[in-house]
Amino acid sequence: MNAIFSRGPLLGLRLLLAVLCSVGLMVVDRYTERSTQLRSFLTSAVSPLFYVASLPETLLSGATEQFMSHQRLLDENARLKETLLRQNGQLQLLGYLQQENSKLRALLGSAPLTNGQRLVAEVLAVYSHPFSHQVVLNKGKNDGVTEHQPLIDESGVVGQIVSVGPTSSRALLISDNTHALSVRAERTGIRTVAEGLGQWDLLRVIHLPQSADIRVGDRLLTSGLDGLFPEGYPVAEVSRVQQDESQPFMTVYAKPYAQLDRIRHVLLLWPGTRLDDVLNAEEPK
Amino acid sequence: MRRNGGLGFIYLSLLVALLLTVMPMPQQVKLFRPDWALLVVLYWTMALPGRVNILTAFVLGFLTDVLIGTVLGVNALAFSVVAFIVAVNHLKIRNFSVIQQALLMGLFLALYHLLLFWLSHFLTGVYFLPAYLWPVLTGMLVWPWLFWLLRRYRRQFKIQ
Repeated sequence: MNAIFSRGPLLGLRLLLAVLCSVGLMVVDRYTERSTQLRSFLTSAVSPLFYVASLPETLLSGATEQFMSHQRLLDENARLKETLLRQNGQLQLLGYLQQENSKLRALLGSAPLTNGQRLVAEVLAVYSHPFSHQVVLNKGKNDGVTEHQPLIDESGVVGQIVSVGPTSSRALLISDNTHALSVRAERTGIRTVAEGLGQWDLLRVIHLPQSADIRVGDRLLTSGLDGLFPEGYPVAEVSRVQQDESQPFMTVYAKPYAQLDRIRHVLLLWPGTRLDDVLNAEEPK
Repeated sequence: MRRNGGLGFIYLSLLVALLLTVMPMPQQVKLFRPDWALLVVLYWTMALPGRVNILTAFVLGFLTDVLIGTVLGVNALAFSVVAFIVAVNHLKIRNFSVIQQALLMGLFLALYHLLLFWLSHFLTGVYFLPAYLWPVLTGMLVWPWLFWLLRRYRRQFKIQ
């Protein structure tokens, strides 16, 4: 143990090795194709840790529910029933509109809109390191989750799956600074790209020429052009537009609809399955 | 000959530190979360540099990378560098008072965060916000308590 005094050069050697290994890892992870597989494997290897780490919170929220007063439970129940009723009402109309829409699209000869199968997943851990906005979900390969699968919540697009383990998976949020998705402004139909900045409530809308018609308050929807996110889901609302004639592009910021910093449940989408299949599959329930 | 005595306890404390790193918390609190894993590694490197040094720091850093989803190797590198500095100077650092140690840890943590930022900026183009440095301050504040706790733990279980 006291041999540490004679270990000076040995420590330096170890540091050199560690640095080389780290750099190797960074290169493999960032610039090669195999990183997705590697990450998936590692995600499944460490997933028990996430279950253990979220245990206190699970217990705590369980206890809170236990001690919630009867009256509050009744109130909540009534409120949920009301919401369900309202949304069911809207769904009836939606079913009719979807049918009409697919008929019209068929008349126009364009491809029918797809509306895939979906699955609710719970968020096990939100890791909020400023340089990585990711969440760990409690659904994995065993539930049919695949890489690059889109994720939404009740108010908008959340992100996409980046690595999958057997019982858990990891999703990259749209606010991560390595994430970008293709969007379309609802009002004008102008297509652009919204990229994350590493901040929870801000996306940057890029490559918009100075002449583009975009205002604060415009809704940005997924355009479906990235081949990943199905078309028409709300992504963000334009929150700031700066025009500077000396710059080639406008500086536009948008605020995501999904509350990315406090998501608890998300919906996993399987785009690409036909609407009819889904309706048929959901019929027996 | 208790060469392996207490190695399990060291790993246990490191595991707890990793759990604290990923424990779900409200968003406002998370911004201030100290870098538990690094602080615990630094404590052991300072106290028992023959047992815990760069290899352990590298492994812990790698696990942190996997857990929090940064580019693999970024944390591993930053952990290793900081642990190297502590391992080389462990005799000096041990002789400082706890308050001086806390200030020094602040310096190490700042170095760690800057390394992390530089690497991430180079690899993924992140933007710097001053708020990223909050954990430096909270890390300095928790150091005296952590130091005291781990020293008791070490003496209790006679880890050497």
